[in-house]
Amino acid sequence: VSAAPSAFSDEKGGSASEPEYGHDPASGGIFSSDYKRHDDLKEMLDSNKDSLKLEAMKRIVAMIARGKNASDLFPAVVKNVACKNIEVKKLVYVYLVRYAEEQQDLALLSISTFQRGLKDPNQLIRASALRVLSSIRVTIIVPIMMLAIKEAASDMSPYVRKTAAHAIPKLHSLDPEQKDQLIEVIEKLLADKTTLVAGSVVMAFEEVCPDRIDLIHKNYRKLCNLLIDVEEWGQVVIINMLTRYARTQFLNPNINESLLEENSEKAFYASDDEEEEDKKAEPATLAKRKPYVMDPDHRLLLRNTKPLLQSRNAAVVMAVAQLYFHLAPKAEVGIIAKALVRLMRSHSEVQYVVLQNVATMSIKRRGMFEPYLKSFYIRSTDPTQIKVLKLEVLTNLANETNISTILREFQTYIKSMDKDFVAASIQAIGRCATNIGEVRDTCLNGLVQLLSNRDELVVAESVVVIKKLLQMQPEQHSDIIKHMAKLIDNIQVPMARASILWLIGEYCEHVPKIAPDVLRKMAKSFTNEEDIVKLQIINLAAKLYLTNSKQSKLLTQYVLNLAKYDQNYDIRDRARFIRQLIVPTDKSGALSKYAKKLFLALKPAPVLESPFKDRDHFQLGSLSHLLNAKAAGYQELPNWPESAPDPSVRNVEVKDSVCAERTVLTGPEEVPTRVKCSSRKDRKEKKVEKPFYSDSEGESGPTESADSGNCESDSGSGSASASGSDESGSGSESEESGEETESDEEEEDEEEEKKKRKKLDKTKAKKQAEESAERCTIHTIHQISCIINFDQFDMNKITSVFSQTLAPSGSIKMYELLHRIKGEGLAVEYCFSRQPFSPEPNMVAVQIQFTNNTNSETKNLHIEDPRLQSGMRIREFAEIDVLAAGESVTVVMGIDFCDSTQAANFQLCTHTRKFFVSIQPPVGELMTPAFLTENDFKKEQGKLMGMNEILEKLTLGEKCVNEHVIVERVTATANLSRVPCGSDKECRFAGKTVSSGCLVLVTVTTKEGGGAQLTVNCEKMLIGTMLVKDILQALSQ
Amino acid sequence: MPNHPVPVPSSVLAALKNKTIHLSAAKMIHSLFLVNASGDIFLEKHWKSVVSRSVCDYFFEALERATEPENVPPVIPTPHHYLINVLRHRIYFVAVIQSEVPPLFVIEFLHRVVDTFQDYFGVCTEAAIKDNVVVVYELLEEMLDNGFPLATESNILKELIKPPTILRTVVNTITGSTNVGEQLPTGQLSVVPWRRTGVKYTNNEAYFDVIEEIDAIIDKSGSTITAEIQGVIDACVKLTGMPDLTLSFMNPRLLDDVSFHPCVRFKRWEAERILSFIPPDGNFRLLSYHVSSQNLVAIPVYVKHNISFREGSSQGRFELTLGPKQTMGKAVESVLVSSQLPRGVLNANLNPSQGTYTFDPVTKLLSWDVGKINPQKLPSLKGSMSLQAGASKPDENPTINIQFKIQQLAISGLKVNRLDMYGEKYKPFKGIKYMTKAGKFQVRT
Repeated sequence: VSAAPSAFSDEKGGSASEPEYGHDPASGGIFSSDYKRHDDLKEMLDSNKDSLKLEAMKRIVAMIARGKNASDLFPAVVKNVACKNIEVKKLVYVYLVRYAEEQQDLALLSISTFQRGLKDPNQLIRASALRVLSSIRVTIIVPIMMLAIKEAASDMSPYVRKTAAHAIPKLHSLDPEQKDQLIEVIEKLLADKTTLVAGSVVMAFEEVCPDRIDLIHKNYRKLCNLLIDVEEWGQVVIINMLTRYARTQFLNPNINESLLEENSEKAFYASDDEEEEDKKAEPATLAKRKPYVMDPDHRLLLRNTKPLLQSRNAAVVMAVAQLYFHLAPKAEVGIIAKALVRLMRSHSEVQYVVLQNVATMSIKRRGMFEPYLKSFYIRSTDPTQIKVLKLEVLTNLANETNISTILREFQTYIKSMDKDFVAASIQAIGRCATNIGEVRDTCLNGLVQLLSNRDELVVAESVVVIKKLLQMQPEQHSDIIKHMAKLIDNIQVPMARASILWLIGEYCEHVPKIAPDVLRKMAKSFTNEEDIVKLQIINLAAKLYLTNSKQSKLLTQYVLNLAKYDQNYDIRDRARFIRQLIVPTDKSGALSKYAKKLFLALKPAPVLESPFKDRDHFQLGSLSHLLNAKAAGYQELPNWPESAPDPSVRNVEVKDSVCAERTVLTGPEEVPTRVKCSSRKDRKEKKVEKPFYSDSEGESGPTESADSGNCESDSGSGSASASGSDESGSGSESEESGEETESDEEEEDEEEEKKKRKKLDKTKAKKQAEESAERCTIHTIHQISCIINFDQFDMNKITSVFSQTLAPSGSIKMYELLHRIKGEGLAVEYCFSRQPFSPEPNMVAVQIQFTNNTNSETKNLHIEDPRLQSGMRIREFAEIDVLAAGESVTVVMGIDFCDSTQAANFQLCTHTRKFFVSIQPPVGELMTPAFLTENDFKKEQGKLMGMNEILEKLTLGEKCVNEHVIVERVTATANLSRVPCGSDKECRFAGKTVSSGCLVLVTVTTKEGGGAQLTVNCEKMLIGTMLVKDILQALSQ
Repeated sequence: MPNHPVPVPSSVLAALKNKTIHLSAAKMIHSLFLVNASGDIFLEKHWKSVVSRSVCDYFFEALERATEPENVPPVIPTPHHYLINVLRHRIYFVAVIQSEVPPLFVIEFLHRVVDTFQDYFGVCTEAAIKDNVVVVYELLEEMLDNGFPLATESNILKELIKPPTILRTVVNTITGSTNVGEQLPTGQLSVVPWRRTGVKYTNNEAYFDVIEEIDAIIDKSGSTITAEIQGVIDACVKLTGMPDLTLSFMNPRLLDDVSFHPCVRFKRWEAERILSFIPPDGNFRLLSYHVSSQNLVAIPVYVKHNISFREGSSQGRFELTLGPKQTMGKAVESVLVSSQLPRGVLNANLNPSQGTYTFDPVTKLLSWDVGKINPQKLPSLKGSMSLQAGASKPDENPTINIQFKIQQLAISGLKVNRLDMYGEKYKPFKGIKYMTKAGKFQVRT
């Protein structure tokens, strides 16, 4: 498919400010056929068939990929934005994002589709709608984007929140005015506790408000802790940001050493072992300064980034390496060397960047890379740019001990076929020679030998380097200078010729016979020389004139005359200047007296420095460092503060103290199939005596087992016999787990336990008596409950009764939290007990059962490091000190899921191990029963119409024969209570979400022939949708 | 969280004041151009507003300056942009950057793009990319959002966009269905983002290849200048459900430096030196390692060479003999010798005792496909080289690069102890294979 931008399309497009990319002259000329082709695409797009549309979109995308203009198709394409076919839709998005900027008005047509998508119950559709909406660069929709981002930022899906974070920089670049509002969103998202969001929001932070370090304080520790689980790209961004952060908040860990360096800088190169020296001088500095203590948060960062050196992603490794280089105490920086050396096995582009950084580091911390010297040896197959960088590193690493090995390597390099590399090697030798006095002569001799090399470039480079070396001790080397003077006849490379001339001029007194002769030759060829050579000829002439005017006076004047008419103004200027200075005339000023001093002053020897010296003022690993120039948007690495800012800004509120409830189970292996009722602590709280009522007890008649009675007694004990139940204490709860199963268990149980049990049985008997009494109370009470405004009562207690009475036996599902094998003998299961969580009424109670299948005690079972979505909270159970071998224990913890089905992740810790676990609630467990009269139900339902109502038709499953089964199924699916209802065709249920207390109303209307209609009314549409799905499934089974 | 900023200590304020606060331009990858060997842009993709392809002129300039294709600087600054490029499969992937971003970030990402293409199309050539331009576009769209990486994990991408197969292409043309997954991937939302959900196989199998490469430089006299072993464990795991694997070594101490696939639990490794992981589905690299340099590296082959040029003569002598050294009794196979001869060499007239050799008179590259080394009858390549008449003798000596393979041997001695699976009920078929290869193995003459 080929199509080119046509004049036609540009006219039509109106705003065709776009240059014609990839204009293809071959096809671009034939406008008519082009026009036809697009016409045919338009036709396909307008057709009803998805396959045709898809084909058209594919061809259009291919055009875009080739850089051809397809903007005239905009109206035809945008129509398909709501297409049902996912691939067509995706390709339309691609098109839209590409051309919306140019066709702003038409692009607006698509906005409503995305707005609708933002409300979709499917999180991925919400996310993708936001993604496209925010990618359309149309200024007019900025407010819509802003609103969408804000909403998405508090979405319950972390994926949508991630997308919101991604959208922030997009909006910011579209309209920087929105910055303040966006910062608010960033602040909110920074508090998010999911790994999915962390990387993206820090990226947004870096782009929108990298200077707002204050936003990081409260999230610092969390970011450090999340880091290892964030995806790789996010890790890079976070690490870079935290490097900057740490530089503003902590003290320089090398503060003592850097002071020391100042003192001992002269001895720096000479000292073999810097560390040793540090130790010697340490006491002195310590006396002056306060001892340095690393901030624990600083340590946290170093500790948590270290494992990432093992990442497969080179960018992550580099990010950690630069963090250590900039932040770690000197003694610890060494660990990064190994990882960096590893990266050199990677692609050559990676090598290139890594070597640049190693080159900079190796100047500051030479010792770090010394053990890896051989890894920087050069292979003939390396690309030249890599060779040159390796050479740089090798030179930086050279010292007295390894110089002989390095020089031997260099000798092989000089024989390479790659001449650029040879030149670089010669320079490297020169640098080694200047840095290490001992080998200067050896190097010089070697270089002089190179002067007879056949390759001119090699010779030239050697000349340049020798010139620099000679400057250090010229007296001893007049024969080398003579040798070089001879070379001037053969060497053509301007830089080398200039260097030789300069040398002869500078040391003309050492070669008094040769120098004038050289000048003679040069005067002859002056006009043909390069500019730098010409300047040096003038220089030489001037110096000879001053030292040996007898022989060179005329020559000098000749040269100056030639220079006077040179084309280059620099040369003309120089000639004029020098003539004034050296040739005595009447007008010659006071300066000419000093001419000799000016020209033949002793010049300091040049220092051969690494081009990477001091590059570390740029943050390593950055683009700016690589280019050695500040790139746009580069964030300067701040200097360490003099005194540490207040560390308490990073303190985060400590989680509420733990509340736990535990019971000891009898059997180690048995998994209770049903939930146990609330426990000791719960009960204690229930001493607060309140009347206890319930309604609709009658409907749960068939499910009313001994067990449910048990529970009633349990929760009801407060009202009836508080003291009695308190007494029944710790052990008795276990019995509640189900009498039917108990008898089986008993047989299997060991003797010891039988004894225990007997005792317990007694209590149980007593209790059951109480229970039956209570049940009666409830029966009577529930009848009057309708009359009473139940707001006055403790709803939680009522609901707990309900959930128990309504939950059919065995319906409470146990979920596995930690498998026996994974947990190394520790098995953990959990269930949603449907009990109110008394310490925090808006938390869902999760009952957790630990079973120790090992032969040894497990100690200190507790929760650590919960990772939760923003807003979610956990109330941990109290630490279990000891769980004996073979024992089980059950505890209850509370989780506020914020009415979302997102998992709560945390670590389960024993005294030896940590296990990552997560608890994800089914939607039905996010609610607690609510008590409504028929009238109230109808009233509330009336308020929750329209968007909040979801209707679904269904066919009841074979077993859903009667009302009873329906009730059972629905209440098993969701923690709802039944609402009395006049019609026998309808079952109504009510509940409210645990966290926010939104009403959830469910109606099942049965029809003839197994059909039914399910209606769910809930303000939280997502909850509603999910609930519908679950109930549908339960009923149609 | 309070909205007002936490008071900033004065020292920080001072530090902030000195800083110019940029209204930073959009970061990360702005656009991507794909350039083929002949210097044509054959694909472009923009994630933000469009950058004119004329920006690539700076790249072409650099390309011209570079003597070899791999000598193009990876980062090229231009007046308004920065171009970061990688060269793979003779295609330059040129990313356009507008502002500060870690260069490795972009380079690593571009390589990930190439890997993904290779994964999807089998090869990453211009033709393959052109044939699958729509899939390429869809992939790029998913991999970057606003220039920031979004989904780069191959398991997730494959759920989003199904790789093209011949069968699917046929089916798609007939039914008009698509490559785009109907199901939105759940992996991205799960705790194991690298693994697809709902994986099912009838044959459950897990294969691990322990591949070690020897990097060495041998000097003229045959002594080892530097030698090290780099290894990888590549896995092909086709297991149903959510298996949890552990792999332990007999001698984990050998591993000096390691890098892991993100699935590996680092803490477990730190504590017990056991690789514990929930594997991605399909092929992946589990681990790369470096064998501690304290251990002496066994060099499996030796080379006897005599390459000489005489002054004044237009002939040069070339003699090369290969032999096995420390191979632990295993055969050295797939031996390939290559050498870049000096520019002055016009032609080579050689006689191999086994295998075939070629000499390219333009690139001066000599390569000799030896095959297997028979210890009884050592392979040799002997003959003469003709030099440019009248030219002086080349003063450089060629280096000899050697490639070889040794099956069923990990030269470092690394051994897998056991591989266990938890979390699933079935019994998987497990296989471990060892192999040693030459990495960058050079002999200087």
